[in-house]
Amino acid sequence: MAVALDDPESARSWIESAAPSYPCVIDRNHHVADLYKLVNVPQAVWIDESGLIVRSPETAGATDGFRQMDREKFTLPQEVMAERQRVKTRYLDAVSDWVHRGAQSRHALDAQRIQARQPEASNDVSRAHALFRLALSLRGAGQDIEAQVHFDEACRLHPDSWAMWRQAAPKDARGLATGEAFWTRVDALGDRPYYPPAHLGGAPGESA
Amino acid sequence: MLTVIHEQRETTLHSIDVDADSLWLDSQTIERTTGWSWKPQGLCQADTCIPLPRDGHLVRDGRLDVAGMWAYMGSPVVHDQARTTWVLGSGASQRSQLTPGTPAPDFELPDLSGQMHRLSGLRGRKVLLATWASW
Repeated sequence: MAVALDDPESARSWIESAAPSYPCVIDRNHHVADLYKLVNVPQAVWIDESGLIVRSPETAGATDGFRQMDREKFTLPQEVMAERQRVKTRYLDAVSDWVHRGAQSRHALDAQRIQARQPEASNDVSRAHALFRLALSLRGAGQDIEAQVHFDEACRLHPDSWAMWRQAAPKDARGLATGEAFWTRVDALGDRPYYPPAHLGGAPGESA
Repeated sequence: MLTVIHEQRETTLHSIDVDADSLWLDSQTIERTTGWSWKPQGLCQADTCIPLPRDGHLVRDGRLDVAGMWAYMGSPVVHDQARTTWVLGSGASQRSQLTPGTPAPDFELPDLSGQMHRLSGLRGRKVLLATWASW
């Protein structure tokens, strides 16, 4: 199930191009992000046939390689592109392994042991989600100035959420929130990851 | 007009009983806007009941200050400057662990055609729940 942390008008052309055979739902209020402590796209959660979590929310095959992009030419070094493809393929292969082997997949078996700990429940994050929701409502009513106040406070309380920040940020003609403010915020991460890597099962030291 | 937002519910009310940071709602309105029930034992949802503070300061003329109750429960409550849009958020204690082996929180969301889809409607199948966005 694909969840668009987005409004329907922005999501439409992407969904129509993909012509998916699986449900694509629109989560304009980022409700699922609140429920599952999601902070970015793409992230994924694996859920089994009984509705139980198999793998906790994690980065789904994306890398921090984009941070090496030439910001004038919008190009990436070849080795970065290759690594990005490798990581994406590895994640999809892991999903495929689980589809075929179910609970016996090493990616399911090892999940409890080697996945990163989930973020702790936090009052600040809860408040951030409430403020974000308020801001969305105000923006929808054309009250952009006050909406921005609440967006800013939400992002201050939940600085790890790129989904909140990018949904709130001004978009360019392509609908992207990748202007100067974005790069400034990314650079401010320093050594911290934009996309914490998923720790898939398998040989020691192997990761996506 | 007043808008009360809780989880996926968004309710417009035509009568307003608001002062400062208090939002006074009667029992029926509380149920309608939040799904929580105001019972003698307290404010209840599913098999959880939170007793009201003993001093009774959250009750007035058959109404409960839900904003005050939300804060008392440790859940976030925010409103706009005009006090006409209120968000009764969910607190950290209402969110799941999300560790392997625990139930995936259910939700219902629309597709582009407006058809609603529940996560629990996919029981019996493996689900890869994946986020994406145009931004």
